[in-house]
Amino acid sequence: MNLIWVPLLPLLGTLVPLLTERGGRTLCAWATALLPALSLMIILSHAPSVLSGATLKSALPWIPALDLELAFRLDGLGLLFSLLILGIGLLVILYARYYLSPKDSMGRFYCYLILFMTAMLGIVLSNNLIQLWVFWELTSISSFLLISFWSDKREARRGARMALTVTGAGGMALLAGILLIGNVVGSYSLDQVLASTIQIRESGYYPAILVLMLLGAFTKSAQFPFHFWLPHAMAAPTPVSAYLHSATMVKAGIFLLARFYPVLSGTDMWFLIVSLTGLTTLLLGAYFALFKHDLKGLLAYSTISHLGLITLLLGMDTKLAAVAAVFHIINHATFKASLFMAAGIIDHESGSRDMRKLNGLWKYMPYTATLAMVAASSMAGVPLLNGFLSKEMFFSETLHQSTLGSLSWIVPVLATCGGVFSVAYSLRFIHDVFFNGEPIDLPRTPHEPPRYMKLPVEILVALCLLVGILPGYVIGDLLNSASSAVLQGLVPSYSLAIWHGLNLPLAMSTVALIGGLLIYYNRRVLFQFQAQFPEKDAKEVFESLMQSIIAGCRWLNERLENGSLQRYLMLMLLLTIALTAAPMMSLNQTTGSRPQLPADGVTITGAALLILGALATVIWHRKRMIALLTLSIVGLIVSVTFARFSAPDLALTQLSVEVVTIILLMLALFFLPQRTPKESSPHQMMRDLALSAAVGGVVGTLCYALMTRPFHSISEFFLANSKTGGGGTNVVNVILVDFRGFDTLGEITVLGIAALGIFKLINRMRLFMPAGDERGRPWSDDRYPMILAVVSQLLLPLALLVSVYIFLRGHNMPGGGFIAGLITSVAIIQQYVAHGVDFIKDRLKLNYQWLIGSGLLIAMMTGLGSWVAGRPFLTSWFDHFHLPLIGDFELASAMLFDLGVYLTVIGATLLILANLGKLTTAERPVLTKEEL
Amino acid sequence: MEHLAILPILIPMLGGVLMLLPPISGDLARQRSLSLAALGALMLVSLWLVLHANGGTIQLYVLGDWTPPFGIVLVADRLSTLMLLLSSALGFACMLYACAGDDRQGAYFHPLFMFQLMGINGAFLTGDIFNLFVFFEVLLIASYALLIHGGGKQKTRASVHYVVLNLVGSSIFLFALGILYGTLGTLNIADMAQKVAHLDAAEQAIASAGALMLLVVFGLKSAILPLQFWLPRTYASASAPVAALFAILTKVGIYSILRVFTVIFGDEAGGLAHIATPWLWPLAILTLTAATIGVLAASSLRELIAQLVVLSVGTLLVGLAMNRIESTGALLYYLVHSTLVCAGLFLLADMIGRQRGKAEDRFVAARRMCQPLGIGIAFFIGALTIVGLPPFSGFVGKALLLKAADIGTEAAWVYPSILIGGLAALIAMSRAGTTLFWHTSREPDSCERVSRLQLVAVFLLLGMSPLLVIFGGPVSDFTLDTATQLHEMSRSVDALLPGGGS
Repeated sequence: MNLIWVPLLPLLGTLVPLLTERGGRTLCAWATALLPALSLMIILSHAPSVLSGATLKSALPWIPALDLELAFRLDGLGLLFSLLILGIGLLVILYARYYLSPKDSMGRFYCYLILFMTAMLGIVLSNNLIQLWVFWELTSISSFLLISFWSDKREARRGARMALTVTGAGGMALLAGILLIGNVVGSYSLDQVLASTIQIRESGYYPAILVLMLLGAFTKSAQFPFHFWLPHAMAAPTPVSAYLHSATMVKAGIFLLARFYPVLSGTDMWFLIVSLTGLTTLLLGAYFALFKHDLKGLLAYSTISHLGLITLLLGMDTKLAAVAAVFHIINHATFKASLFMAAGIIDHESGSRDMRKLNGLWKYMPYTATLAMVAASSMAGVPLLNGFLSKEMFFSETLHQSTLGSLSWIVPVLATCGGVFSVAYSLRFIHDVFFNGEPIDLPRTPHEPPRYMKLPVEILVALCLLVGILPGYVIGDLLNSASSAVLQGLVPSYSLAIWHGLNLPLAMSTVALIGGLLIYYNRRVLFQFQAQFPEKDAKEVFESLMQSIIAGCRWLNERLENGSLQRYLMLMLLLTIALTAAPMMSLNQTTGSRPQLPADGVTITGAALLILGALATVIWHRKRMIALLTLSIVGLIVSVTFARFSAPDLALTQLSVEVVTIILLMLALFFLPQRTPKESSPHQMMRDLALSAAVGGVVGTLCYALMTRPFHSISEFFLANSKTGGGGTNVVNVILVDFRGFDTLGEITVLGIAALGIFKLINRMRLFMPAGDERGRPWSDDRYPMILAVVSQLLLPLALLVSVYIFLRGHNMPGGGFIAGLITSVAIIQQYVAHGVDFIKDRLKLNYQWLIGSGLLIAMMTGLGSWVAGRPFLTSWFDHFHLPLIGDFELASAMLFDLGVYLTVIGATLLILANLGKLTTAERPVLTKEEL
Repeated sequence: MEHLAILPILIPMLGGVLMLLPPISGDLARQRSLSLAALGALMLVSLWLVLHANGGTIQLYVLGDWTPPFGIVLVADRLSTLMLLLSSALGFACMLYACAGDDRQGAYFHPLFMFQLMGINGAFLTGDIFNLFVFFEVLLIASYALLIHGGGKQKTRASVHYVVLNLVGSSIFLFALGILYGTLGTLNIADMAQKVAHLDAAEQAIASAGALMLLVVFGLKSAILPLQFWLPRTYASASAPVAALFAILTKVGIYSILRVFTVIFGDEAGGLAHIATPWLWPLAILTLTAATIGVLAASSLRELIAQLVVLSVGTLLVGLAMNRIESTGALLYYLVHSTLVCAGLFLLADMIGRQRGKAEDRFVAARRMCQPLGIGIAFFIGALTIVGLPPFSGFVGKALLLKAADIGTEAAWVYPSILIGGLAALIAMSRAGTTLFWHTSREPDSCERVSRLQLVAVFLLLGMSPLLVIFGGPVSDFTLDTATQLHEMSRSVDALLPGGGS
């Protein structure tokens, strides 16, 4: 079967436990085991060819842009790891069936576990580096889910977060490393990368690549100084600890080192970093393991120590060391998984993991005790067990390496020290738990576990013995094949015998055994010595580090994002100045070549008024009404300017917009305080003055530079085509309703939306209504003065007539729908002012919302009308007609469009006004069905 | 069929207008059906346009039949149609969510939503820079109104900031347009691209001031440092479907930068080629840094997601700054992914807030959620996606972007800033998730159940993430083709000017 099924079957298998959970625990366990078992069979079916030296491959395209394909390869190393993952995985499934209590969700547990299994298989079988990284991160995620399985426990949540943070950070580094490798090699295919040893080693990026890859590996494999997360991952259920945190996931880092051994090793940098890290971790783990009172804590530190040992082996400069590393991977997985399971059984059956309470369990569970003792002896390196063999090889290699030059002797010495502690803590495990008196206040009376809970332990312990006694037969081929995959070449000759004669490694082993016994015997002294150092809980340290980082970020963020609109505006304007100043400085001559118009008296007066108006607005900006009046001077001058430079349309528009906005603003000011409180400090005033002067200076200079230069634009086209193409002589109007009618459509939509938005805003507002003006004078009793009412009533028909006139002549003379709409609005607003909301409401049955809607609809339908003629949206049509009495006249689709504009403008302005006005009336508006 | 290109603007507009008129205006049920129907139609049209554009043809829609550059033209190329598809899909999901009840909390929700989409789609489609301004106004004014949907002090306060900043932004936009029209004498983007190479030195200086002002405006929309400060509060205070829809507003800014600074000021712009790039680099890195700090500082889920939006903007900016075909392709992939997932997360935050009682979405212990499973799965997917961890789409986008960086100096800036940003997101999200879901003080006493419609909306958005990975090949090929077309556009502007330019 294709290799792709090996990870795919477990991936499908993640659903199985969720589906079968209801069928009972046993069924769920068996069903869950089914698909991984199939995967194992596939692997086994390929085993003979892999053992004989073949490398199997299979690939499917996935994301070519990323050079990511679903590519798998099975070589010796992959085979070894797959067997460990699937084999131990199946045992853990069986074990967990009995370990989990009925109140734990078994489906969820198995689902996460199988997800993890998939991810792990993905890592070891990947033939594409990015894919490898994908699965790598998946192991971190599934490990997070498994550690936090008992999520109501604080330590589980914290432990899970810590593990995720550390391994996640490593994952990021790994990705960077992989991308660098890909860039150097030009491919992410493992085959090609493994064939590019020289290219990578000699590239200038080698140090960066190495450090990044090692960061990934060391965080995952809990190497010093990243080891601290592993002991806290023990908050997970014990099957998880046995599987992830001793046998497989933590070996992913080791796997990575082994996988990239051919390309990354062989340099001084590799040897130095890897061996020193391994050595430190080895010693640190072994030392601290002895002091842990928690069974799983002891095993966790012991795991760290053994991972350090394997790392050290990979960091030594002899080929045999790599073989020893592979061998120890196998041995450690078997004895450590069985020890964790035994610890789980003890915990399960006695209710405690504290070695100060657990004593003399031999009496209660002799069978389990025997199994645990065999496994622990293997951990200590006792002859006839597999741990002894690889440890012997390790000792022998420490003697042959020259990693540290003339200081290389230090390695075997420290390795022996590590061995001593390893024996000591193994002894503690055996002696404290199973002997050493009677149990102290255990929650339960310990007894042997169910039959099948022991089975996985039995199998693993049997393997320890088998490998230990008959290494060549049991493991020889697999070891050879895996080692050759690591070395990517011939494996040096070695012998897997138990007895190599009386030599130095044996002496080191003996020293370790005797030293360990001595240390354990004198452990009280050592415990007292260690008690001088206050024990820090890594979880707390990590958590408080995180807290202080977060507090720092909050502090910084509050400074940056302080909620001050002034600050944000200042930053925006500063950025504008910064961005425009650079090009402006490169502009050597500001004045262009265009001849300038003479400055006459009118222009100068206008300019002076404009400046004075603007200055007055700024000076009196805190007196709102005055500021509004002075602001209207600015608007007025702008309209006059438009008129002066032959744009009567714009002048008219500007004028009517001025009128409408000023009225609306005055209405709004009614509800607001008449004066703006003084909010800026003198400092800020200075800053704002300087800033606005700078912005004004830049924009002014730009305008000046621009306007003094000759100007060629597409406007000639509009002048030439306005009559012939658009059917009107008023070019501005033709531009608005025809050439750029689409813009106008957008703008009237904006107007309509603005009205809706303002309605939405004030609709449910409860505003304070001042009873008098700023000096406390009450409002006049005469709300609707007679003269005003009469005059405005008289003006209304006149104004409407004017607006119709302006509307109709728009296409050829200054005017158009927009201006006409504003004039109509002003006329109606006047009625509101003169008669009040209620009066108008009774007489003018206009729904302004419908007015907006129909205006927009008419404009849009005009545009759609051109589809009938097979033309694009908004294509105009016009023709000349003759009617008796009236004479020649022109009809244009643009007029219909203008009608839409007209209606929308009226609807929008009046909707705003009517709602502001409604606020002043006694009756409060309520949200009617209509307005939804 | 030839009118399809304008439908993404006309459909929402017509929908919005009809909702103001009887018989639909007074009836919420009718408004809902019309909204969903319009959005469904919009998705179909956009999909058709994408498929059509994928053939490599650039469809021009000449409004009023006035040959460009004199009239306004809509350009349906790969890029614009991709954005259309994104906005309509996003709009549909947000609308579904809103139909579960959020649309009742204020007036005119449905028409405003339609006009919002009209503005967004118009901005994506238009090939005319003044028309772009018009559509910016449409989308902004609609967003002002939608932002206050639901009412309340916080929203009003946030919207005052938002409105004032954007009004200043619009003024700067107008300055910029005046300057560019003054130097180039045209408003059609393709025509501008053609003209820009022929400017003399002095005109170049003036034009580049205008161009960089545009960068400020687009930067404000897309929330680039130092213009991003408005975003977290604004987004965090908006009602859920609105905040989710706003996820695309920042992308309008990114889109506009991409369009203007690769087509007009791109390879062929002579002395003005790539004038934004030297500014984009520091701004990108600073945005990422500020967002990284913001992400860690967030104290509620909505705030966190808003900061993650800024983080994604920073990531996109890095793609813009690299300014090559691969990076543009990568950034487009990332853009699609981040828009969908951020929107989904905003909706999710709302659900979480509702089920946790008084604590809402703040990171403190509170009562247990009464539907932890569905919401939890959605959160898990959303968190992994936004952090950029496999197996969801975030990792593809990020890896594509990182891969596009030149190793050397570029990688030395890009790798750490993006990866550390991702790590900060991982830390923040894992803390958020463990606190919100697992750190419970008591059992729920009452349960405001999340409606099925809301869950569907969330899963619709987040469900895109695995699809983007499974179909990562075709999708990333499409974005790469899109990038190629865009980068080549400055060389082949003639194709966009059937009249031959002015």
